[in-house]
Amino acid sequence: MSDRSTPILTARNVTHAFGPVTVLHSVSIDFMPGEVHAIVGENGAGKSTLMKILSGILRPSLGEVLYLQKPVKTGDLRTMEDLGVRLIHQELNLAEDLTVLENLFLGEESTWGPFLDEAKMRAKGREVLAQVGLNVPLNTTVRNLRVSEKQLIEIAKAISQRVTALILDEPTATLTRQETAQLFRIIGSFAAAGVAILYVSHRLEEVKQLAHRITILRDGRLVTTQQASELSPGEIVRLMVGRSLNDLYPRKVLATQQTNALEVRDISVPGFVSNASFTLGKGEILGFAGLVGAGRTELWEAVLGLRKISGGEVFRNGEKNRPANYSQALERLRAVYLPEDRKGKGLLVSFDALANYSLLGLKRFGIWFVNERRERNAFEQAVDQFQIKVPDRSMPVNRLSGGNQQKVLMAKILALDPEIIVFDEPTRGIDVGTKAQVYRLIAEMAAKDRACVVISSELLEIIGLCHRVIVMRSQRIVASLEGAEINEDEIMLYATGVKSAQPAFSS
Amino acid sequence: MKSAELVEPPVTPQARGTRLKIAGKWAKNGGPLAALFLLTILGAFLNPSFLSWNNLSNVLTRSAFIGIISVGGTFVIVTGQIDLSVGAMAAFIASLMIIVINQFADSGMALPLAIGVGMILGLVIGLLSGLMNGLLATLGKIDSFIVTLGTMGIFRSLVIFVANGGTLTLNPNIREVYRPVFYDSWFNVPIPIWVLAVVVVAGAVALAKTPFGRYCRAVGSNAEVAHYSAIHVNRIRVIAFVVQGFCVGLATLLYVPRLGSASSSTGVLWELEAITAVVVGGTALRGGTGRVSGSIIGALILTMIGNILNLTNIISVYLNGAVQGVIILGAALLQRNSRTR
Repeated sequence: MSDRSTPILTARNVTHAFGPVTVLHSVSIDFMPGEVHAIVGENGAGKSTLMKILSGILRPSLGEVLYLQKPVKTGDLRTMEDLGVRLIHQELNLAEDLTVLENLFLGEESTWGPFLDEAKMRAKGREVLAQVGLNVPLNTTVRNLRVSEKQLIEIAKAISQRVTALILDEPTATLTRQETAQLFRIIGSFAAAGVAILYVSHRLEEVKQLAHRITILRDGRLVTTQQASELSPGEIVRLMVGRSLNDLYPRKVLATQQTNALEVRDISVPGFVSNASFTLGKGEILGFAGLVGAGRTELWEAVLGLRKISGGEVFRNGEKNRPANYSQALERLRAVYLPEDRKGKGLLVSFDALANYSLLGLKRFGIWFVNERRERNAFEQAVDQFQIKVPDRSMPVNRLSGGNQQKVLMAKILALDPEIIVFDEPTRGIDVGTKAQVYRLIAEMAAKDRACVVISSELLEIIGLCHRVIVMRSQRIVASLEGAEINEDEIMLYATGVKSAQPAFSS
Repeated sequence: MKSAELVEPPVTPQARGTRLKIAGKWAKNGGPLAALFLLTILGAFLNPSFLSWNNLSNVLTRSAFIGIISVGGTFVIVTGQIDLSVGAMAAFIASLMIIVINQFADSGMALPLAIGVGMILGLVIGLLSGLMNGLLATLGKIDSFIVTLGTMGIFRSLVIFVANGGTLTLNPNIREVYRPVFYDSWFNVPIPIWVLAVVVVAGAVALAKTPFGRYCRAVGSNAEVAHYSAIHVNRIRVIAFVVQGFCVGLATLLYVPRLGSASSSTGVLWELEAITAVVVGGTALRGGTGRVSGSIIGALILTMIGNILNLTNIISVYLNGAVQGVIILGAALLQRNSRTR
């Protein structure tokens, strides 16, 4: 790998079709050693398909994949792995019931005669975990880890073997800023060692910061491959969507006179939240910032009856009204929750969009029998309203793009005309175009006097969207920021514990 | 052709979607139905008397027990659970019914009344047994396989205990009165077939057309998603078991007058036949998707195989189980192929 002018991996005229739909049109790219090459594009642009072809998961319909200028057998994961081409999945691919150690070496176990060489694997395992900056015991069951920790395990697993090309598909979607920074350091050190890095992301700031070269895909075609320094973020967006996005975030319009939609007092969830108190106003967009694991999701799940609490009270219109379960939250608080884990908690992936859309509050179409005609009409209206692209009505939702899945989920929770809406990571894994649409929708809801909550790990999203921001750190609310206080530095100071609750803030 | 196009209403995308859906459903449902059809032709070919109403109504009547139980089983399996206790539960219910009816009759109660009380008791025990299974699986947080393995052993052992290791028999005079429930016909159709038909229609409608049915499929498909869709997951699981218990009770009401007795061999392997019927009928054993209509077709296929083997002597009747096993494996293979397309 001393020769830095020979591409490690090459896609030559790669074309791929799923049935009659061509998702990649004759794409050719060289991936050079030591180079971080970002691939950007909207959802459905063909990024994931290209990554799957390069890593040997998919066989292209036409075209070749070259390793050091020599054609390789396509569509064979093993071949590519043996060459050191490693893909880190967007969707986690870990055996949940096995331990961290077992996952790290799954299929690559060190052996001593017929036995596993535990000592050797432990040593190596500790080494790679340290490399990715993850501090968990090797014998922890993966099921008990957080999503971000699982993501780091995936990365550790990939780099525990010989690597010549590292393909990362949306690796930072679940990571906090610190973890992201750590990941960038790892990527940097691998690039310095001559590994070709293929980096797929929706986060353009990251791409600008990290990549040497950028390839933009649109509708399965290669638009351009250029030096990162030659492209401005605005230009990237314009090339990705084929039009300029005037403003990602809608203008903040604050309600003049605010009335409380909800008051939360001293809610505690064992192990996740201790004594959280805050108010939520009608027409307000209230942000919840903090590192992953700070307890934001758990707090809201507790408020909405999705999770058991050990104490605390919820008031609506001055009266105690804490829902014991989620259906009480729907009825009494008129509150809905958009889960962060779209496929694990939000949608039944093998069901069609219609059944997913109507599942929350299905009884509105009839208590004894589902009136399927009314159900279908309501769904068709939602398809128009949310501009959901469902080519075939009977198609399971896991065959829709991430953006369209998110729109189905939005339609599902908003169909009940809620007064309080909790959006947990509302733009995770979706494209810029859909993102803007989601932001507009949240702003519209607030303008209609709905109380909106946005839990997000994307600081720019919190800053761009929210009227007020509550910061949580290790199970506690540590700050409530308004107006000019809502900026990256201030939020991070509280989220990381550098600054603690100011005296002006009291519950 | 041009004129035909003018007459045809334009096909909207929705209409096309619906048509595709119907075609898809037919293809999925078609497997079991086609197998039933082929078996019928085979039976008729091997023995002309197979198609006589006498024989067909016999096949249907014999299917009634497993058929009714498999309707309940469809709900349990669709919600991602399994009930291994149904056979032993049926034997347990039959035993208690016989004891109670005999007792009441002996104490001078009018025979129809005693039988009526016994029948209500049978249904109640079925409901309670299902409730117990369901509560153990949900509140007890024990896998339903283990729960029903345990209750199966308990029921089976209780039958042997109350029968003192032998056979419980209805008094002959009572049996004469109760007998018509199994052996009589309305409009030339035996009563068990009527009951089966009602249960199948009610079950099919409940699973396909009601919020409860939709919730069952949602819970079986992904319980987390169901939880986040404000569905009371545990409640749905328990109700599925209660439906199953009710169906077992109902099947037992028909079974008791058939033989008028219960013993340790009553209902043996019914659980496996019921599960087989459900799975052969196209319901996924992992839950989330299923149809009551398929399960009843599955039950008919199983009974028909036995019947054909009885009517012909190409394959020994003793190989009945083996042929059924081949059918299960075949159905599983076909389901796998249709999934990996």
